[in-house]
Amino acid sequence: MAVPMTETAASPARTSSPITPPKGATGRGRLVRRRFRRNTFGMVSGVVLILLFVGAFVSPWFYPFDYRQQDDLFLLTPPSPTHWFGTSKLGEDLFAQTMRGLQKSLVIGLLVAALSTGLAAVVGAAAGYFGKATDRSLMWVVDLLLVLPSFLVVAILSPLFRGGSWLLLVLLLGLFSWMITARIVRGMTLSLREREFVKAARFMGMPAWQIILKHLLPNMASLLIIDATVNVGAAILAETSLSFFGFGIQPPDVSLGTLIASGTESALTFPWLFLFPAGLLVLTVLAVNFLGDGLRDALDPTSTRSRRRG
Amino acid sequence: MVDRATGRSDGNAVLAVRDLAVSFPSESGRIDAVRGLDLDIAAGEVLGVVGESGSGKSVTALATMGLLPPQARVTGSIRFRDTELLGRTDSELSAIRGRHIAMVFQDPLSALTPIFTVGDQIAEALLIHDRALSTAAAAKRAVELLDVVGIPQAARRAQAFPHEFSGGMRQRAVIAMAIANEPDLIIADEPTTALDVTVQAQVLDVLATAKKLTGAAIMMITHDLGVVAGFADRVAVMYAGRTVETGPVDAIFETPGMPYTLGLLGSIPRLDRAQREPLVPIEGHPPSMVDLAPGCPFAPRCPLAVTRCRTNEPDLEPLGDAGHDAACWRTAEVRNAKAATDVFDIVAVEHHTLEARSERPVVLAVDDLVKHYPVTSGTLLRRRVGTVYAVDGISFDIREGEVLGLVGESGCGKSTTLLEILAMDRPQAGSVQVLGRDVAGMDRRSRRALRRDLQVVFQDPIASLDPRMPVGDVIAEPLRVHGFSADQARARVTELLGLVGLRPEHVDRYPAEFSGGQRQRIGIARALALEPRVLVLDEPVSALDVSIQAGVVNLLDELRERLGLAYLFVAHDLSVVRHIADRVAVMYLGRIVEIGDVDAVFERPQHPYTQALISAIPIPDPHRERTRERILLTGDLPSPVDPPSGCRFRSRCPLFAELTEDLAQVCIDTDPPRRPARRAPESGRTDDSDHEAACHHARVR
Repeated sequence: MAVPMTETAASPARTSSPITPPKGATGRGRLVRRRFRRNTFGMVSGVVLILLFVGAFVSPWFYPFDYRQQDDLFLLTPPSPTHWFGTSKLGEDLFAQTMRGLQKSLVIGLLVAALSTGLAAVVGAAAGYFGKATDRSLMWVVDLLLVLPSFLVVAILSPLFRGGSWLLLVLLLGLFSWMITARIVRGMTLSLREREFVKAARFMGMPAWQIILKHLLPNMASLLIIDATVNVGAAILAETSLSFFGFGIQPPDVSLGTLIASGTESALTFPWLFLFPAGLLVLTVLAVNFLGDGLRDALDPTSTRSRRRG
Repeated sequence: MVDRATGRSDGNAVLAVRDLAVSFPSESGRIDAVRGLDLDIAAGEVLGVVGESGSGKSVTALATMGLLPPQARVTGSIRFRDTELLGRTDSELSAIRGRHIAMVFQDPLSALTPIFTVGDQIAEALLIHDRALSTAAAAKRAVELLDVVGIPQAARRAQAFPHEFSGGMRQRAVIAMAIANEPDLIIADEPTTALDVTVQAQVLDVLATAKKLTGAAIMMITHDLGVVAGFADRVAVMYAGRTVETGPVDAIFETPGMPYTLGLLGSIPRLDRAQREPLVPIEGHPPSMVDLAPGCPFAPRCPLAVTRCRTNEPDLEPLGDAGHDAACWRTAEVRNAKAATDVFDIVAVEHHTLEARSERPVVLAVDDLVKHYPVTSGTLLRRRVGTVYAVDGISFDIREGEVLGLVGESGCGKSTTLLEILAMDRPQAGSVQVLGRDVAGMDRRSRRALRRDLQVVFQDPIASLDPRMPVGDVIAEPLRVHGFSADQARARVTELLGLVGLRPEHVDRYPAEFSGGQRQRIGIARALALEPRVLVLDEPVSALDVSIQAGVVNLLDELRERLGLAYLFVAHDLSVVRHIADRVAVMYLGRIVEIGDVDAVFERPQHPYTQALISAIPIPDPHRERTRERILLTGDLPSPVDPPSGCRFRSRCPLFAELTEDLAQVCIDTDPPRRPARRAPESGRTDDSDHEAACHHARVR
């Protein structure tokens, strides 16, 4: 029984012997995780993000100053062991404020990014894969949202939500930032749908939503990840500009955006007011980007960076 | 060396290539695409250059034409008559290109400029090299040339744009351009690879005419040994950037001196052989051309390799018979071998004899299946302006354990038929029955359950596997969809990998890390995961190199024996079908024109289309090729939007042209039904009772 074999083919030792799966046989999930772990930048960024989260949410518990508290003895003092990041002109502790702001900005940034990229992926893939009426109605919604001036709508609607949770702000920001990506996703789905591996999945009886989740979206992962990382930064900045006009986070509450906005005026004279919040914003966005890069390389089998070396 | 062996002097050679080396920079190092190549082409001679993809054939052609990209490093010598071509500037070469050396490319669509008419482009080729020629004279000559290459109504067609031409006509136009200045050498790089067999036969015929008219030598680059056998005077076999064997065509085909040539010859399924000899797959794949290991580059794949082969690379040495050289340390052993199967140690798959066909249950039955597509125009208000009769009433059945080959040219509706069967929806008309159950009235659950028994292997081994899924997950996918647990799936995946000749540790790799043949094996493993009864194969080997193709064909043959599968095997390559199928159905414009036992159909074809199709397939045997009578079809496949009335084949039918008027009228008026074939008077056989042909005047030629 000669089995035609290519160079790497196994010897035909398949006649008997109980079949034992090779050790460490993995599925896609574990393989991707393993590949991600080899990416130093990605891992470091993940750790940095976790530290930022921990810092932002845990430090208020033991730090002696509250972000609203005004220390009349220390007005505009530079960083010192008492006030780690210095104080503002009203004597508010900048470290407490920055951590409070970081809480808001991290949550808003990540949630908005997840929401808008997720929405874009689902809507775009569904429109592209199902076509016909689904496609037409979903794309109609996309076009409608695209022509509405989102900033104005959010500005007009925000008084309605005044006093409501800032989560509503997340929802609004998310709802107005997914449309262009959804259109791109739809276009990619249209071409992926005709590929033979999608047909193969269909002919083996796989339900449509599983095809979308298992085949279509992973093949667009690079696009989606880049989109999400860009969205994190964009959402933080959008929140800042909304807040600047008095629609988003309102004093005495703070976000990184409002802190930067108020610190900019005195960036040269009292640099700590500007440098600390801005530095943390840059750190956050950088960490998210490197994390995204690492994830993209881990998911992309053609990337050589996550291969095992040697 | 070549000259010493043949006694030919350099002066006689139109083209003499000496020690040519071409390398390109790449991410992983310099790619040595051609490494010390020697070639000679005498005046009026046809040299066939054969080899697998990546062997350096095309790079050699481009180097001769001076068309390599600037980053390529070229050394050695290419002499055309008395002129050294290497080291010339582009403008100096331009005086030679197109005038003395012409080129015919593989893809005729990209070889023509889309925005100029075909006539203008041919005239341009004339005007560039002859300033004295008037525009009117050039246009007139262009029409003459189009006429020479067999384009009907040449004067009118010269005004057409390339997109209005079919593939075959475009290639004719390119040939017309190539012979416009009566060159001394025509380099044809895979000129028929993109074409259907009947069109390939036409184009080869045109090339032969062109050669006769201009007396040009032709360098014919191809991977198809059949084409070479019929067309070339001498052959050069290339492997890893070098000529490994060269000689007169008969000597190469009869007594090859190099294991690679022997393997190549053994790997081609033969149209003219009824008995199933196993094909010879050459294990492994061509070496990467970066940092090639010392020794013969073929040694890792060679069954005869000895230590010497792994340390010293052999040079081309004369073999004794005139002009036949090979680069191998073990030529004696190769030439003593009786057949490739001995050298490559291939054992035939034992074929069980099946019960009589009528005793076996039908596993797939297609009855009068119809699939029409609307042709619409207008953007705002869509109007239906026509219908594509893609599949127009076809019927066949496949019984347990047998292979039905569905053959036909591109556009005949083969793939549409497949997709209709696989979709398992209610057809527009007719019915599809899988394992005796009509798919039309089925609910979602039972349709899904039935899918387990009908699986598919696609043509393109790259597109059919999700690039982002490890191979283990790819193969496990159908199992998971049909409710197997992760552990069960994992055990089965290991088993399947062994079944198709891959290693269990391959589960963690991504498809991109495998070669084309291995990827096709993964696709087969996936299709077999659910233990189906019927496997639908859509051109499963047409995207693979011949030596790799042989391995996959053997695997399919073996699997069918072991697992008792039935195949619906769609292919345009009749040789492969002859090799693997029990029965064959020939499709033309959405209809089956002939169906029956392979031996009956191939040996006594009744329908003129089948006869033409079979005669168009080149056979890798120079003697037989020279004596074969070729039935050339005129024109191309008509558009399925507007098929001819009555018999659809009549517009190209060689028989129709010979008929008397009233006999011909039947063909125009009446669509021929499928009728049992008339048995050849001399054969007393009764077994081709299910051999049917759809022709009013069917007869054995």
